Amino acid sequence: MKAKFLVPLALFLLLAGFLAFGLNLNPREVPSPLIDKPAPAFSLPQLQVPDTQLSLDDMKGQVWLLNVWASWCVACRQEHPVLVDFASSHVVPIIGLNYKDQSPDALRWLDEFGNPYVTSIVDADGRVGIDFGVYGVPETFLIDKQGVIRFKQIGPVTPDALQNVILPKIRELQGAA
Amino acid sequence: MLRRIALTLLLALAPLTGFTADARPLVADPALEARVLKLSEVLRCLVCQNQSIAESNADLALDLRAQVREQLAAGKTEDQVVDYLVARYGDFVLYDPPLKGTTVLLWAGPALLLLSGLAWLGWRLSRRARESGVTLSAEQHARAKQLLESANEPEPRQ
Repeated sequence: MKAKFLVPLALFLLLAGFLAFGLNLNPREVPSPLIDKPAPAFSLPQLQVPDTQLSLDDMKGQVWLLNVWASWCVACRQEHPVLVDFASSHVVPIIGLNYKDQSPDALRWLDEFGNPYVTSIVDADGRVGIDFGVYGVPETFLIDKQGVIRFKQIGPVTPDALQNVILPKIRELQGAA
Repeated sequence: MLRRIALTLLLALAPLTGFTADARPLVADPALEARVLKLSEVLRCLVCQNQSIAESNADLALDLRAQVREQLAAGKTEDQVVDYLVARYGDFVLYDPPLKGTTVLLWAGPALLLLSGLAWLGWRLSRRARESGVTLSAEQHARAKQLLESANEPEPRQ
């Protein structure tokens, strides 16, 4: 009972701990319910060759990244060099989902900043974006050989996230049957 | 004089120019739009997170509203549309979170806090009641009386 005066202090520290934890959470990162679920089916025209469509089934059998981007997206410029650099290592194919963009703008953007994508598919009305639960560009999905979404990066891919989170997951998935 | 008559005539004709038609409804199907709005008000916009998709003018909110409208028009029920959005964006889109394992604390938390507060209050009150029921021995009574009396006497001046 001697230490009774410490009770308010302990309560305060507990509250401060909760608040500190809450402050460090990012409310923009809404966990996706699609993790470990099959990726939604799509079939969309390709940016460079609008007559040819790319569908989810075309990517079956390999581990790949789907990067949602747009020429109007400021944060995409920030992550773009990271993607260009990563693409040159040819670890996995990166498919771009050009989200609610104008194709001429998108093509000019790729000319200017480099093209890390095997191909980009055009989601002009954002319908496929909604199917993937996209709410803030850029977003990046890691999809396994069976077409199941295994990881989602919300916001720009940073070198740190790539090295410490995404690459280990890629290696693990590539090792799997 | 002529100018004044002309002006009066002109003013007399003025009400005719004030004529307009009834406002046309902004949407083709007001009943559908009412359902869209009602449902949109309980769906959270993921971009401006403290607004519903009915209030928000973010691009995504417009798209989601269009989806809601399209699916309701196609004959889906409100629940089916909500399921469609939850499958893509998670429970976060709901302003009214469902009761399940991960949200038990959210729903039961206030009641638990209230009950623990009441329990604490009850414990304190019962303890206070016990403490005030202290009985003194005859010797202690005499001592207390003596102390009280001495306190009532005027203090001797120094």
